[in-house]
Amino acid sequence: MSRRVRLLLLGPALLGLGSLFAWAIAGLPAFGDYRGPYGFVLNRLVVPLRHTTNVVMGVNFDVRGIDTMGEEFILYASVVGVTLLLRDETRSRQVERRTRRFRSDTVRLVGVGMVGAGLLIGLWLMAFGYVSPGGGFQGGVVAAGAIVLLYLVGNHRDYRPFRSERVLDPLEAVGTGGYVVVGLAALVSGAAFLTNLFGLGTPGLLRSGGSIPVLNWASAIAVTVAMLLLFAEFLETYVVPLEPEDADS
Amino acid sequence: MLLATLVPLQAVAFALVALGAPVVVLTRDPLRQALVNGIYGVSLVCLFVVLEAPDPALSMLAVSGIGYPLVILAAVARVRGHERSKDEEKR
Amino acid sequence: MSYLPYAVAAWICLVGIAGIATSKNLIHLAICLTVTQSSSYVLLLSVGYVRHGKAPIFLGTKLGTTAVDPVVQALTLTDIVVSVAVIALILALALDAHRLSGTVDPDHIVDISG
Repeated sequence: MSRRVRLLLLGPALLGLGSLFAWAIAGLPAFGDYRGPYGFVLNRLVVPLRHTTNVVMGVNFDVRGIDTMGEEFILYASVVGVTLLLRDETRSRQVERRTRRFRSDTVRLVGVGMVGAGLLIGLWLMAFGYVSPGGGFQGGVVAAGAIVLLYLVGNHRDYRPFRSERVLDPLEAVGTGGYVVVGLAALVSGAAFLTNLFGLGTPGLLRSGGSIPVLNWASAIAVTVAMLLLFAEFLETYVVPLEPEDADS
Repeated sequence: MLLATLVPLQAVAFALVALGAPVVVLTRDPLRQALVNGIYGVSLVCLFVVLEAPDPALSMLAVSGIGYPLVILAAVARVRGHERSKDEEKR
Repeated sequence: MSYLPYAVAAWICLVGIAGIATSKNLIHLAICLTVTQSSSYVLLLSVGYVRHGKAPIFLGTKLGTTAVDPVVQALTLTDIVVSVAVIALILALALDAHRLSGTVDPDHIVDISG
């Protein structure tokens, strides 16, 4: 349909959708008037039952662990789709020669500090995800961002190890498949899929939660490598002209 | 029906988010829109913190600061690279 | 006043859909899609809010203090991270369309063969 017809249809359509929203909102309880029992039950039960002080992580990786597995598969499928669309074997050989080094020293100095700090913060978010706010998902994005910062402030050659598909592809599979394997291990031992099998520790320490830390690290690896793969696939530097100084570096 | 169930801080956070969304949509150039989207993400982070949700706030902070600019800027750079190389071929 | 959060969520969703429909650039369209997705996060977290409730983290807080709903927070935080990959897929499709047809205008990608 042409653009004009689409724009003419947009007004009444938005009005209709808006009135449906208004009707739906009128039936909701007032803001702050939470009635459902599930939230209150979980807030009281998860810490004694699973020994994790971060109830959200307990819900994510234990009470509703199978939903997180579904989300990880969405991530995996999107990364596979991007790889299929954008990975081009013939053009990648031209990329190696066209490097461009950032000349400013301030950028490189600040960048080195930021890469280290970003990596540490990402690892801390991943490790303490089930004790204080954080988790594999958040820490994964931060750590991947710190590694991609290497591309910006360093030489192309510093970043190249984090770009090789021979390393990233198996790691992504390890992250996503590790989650399923932990669930299957519970199945093998006679309990339901994704039952919390390992010993619960003390709440508040790193050694707590049973199988939650294992699933947390599996999803952290999956998210980090997925972000790195996405950036590596999008990256194609054949637009950068070859500098004469870089010809011999 | 209770009238004042919104603390003023929450009302301001909601108002900022409601103002930010049309601004992101109305910015037409994708390069500028990536930056405006980052600012809109920060306002969403403030809203999530005020709603007592630290985990989604951390997610939104990492994603709107690192994730979205990464993929958007890489896509914009690739589109411009294609167009530039096509112009060079024509000449 | 007590329905303002839900109205804000509905407003953001409508604004995002209007942006998608009137977009002239596929990358601009993808970013408007992220705005529409953010409306669902605002709605989820507003529904789960408990008046005078604290965050559902019990490191140092006594068990039994009123806390907000953790289920909607769990849904939101995984959804935010996964949406990056989905937007990347949409951008990859846009790049492919640009490569095949030479334009990123959704109205002018007319005839793609093959």
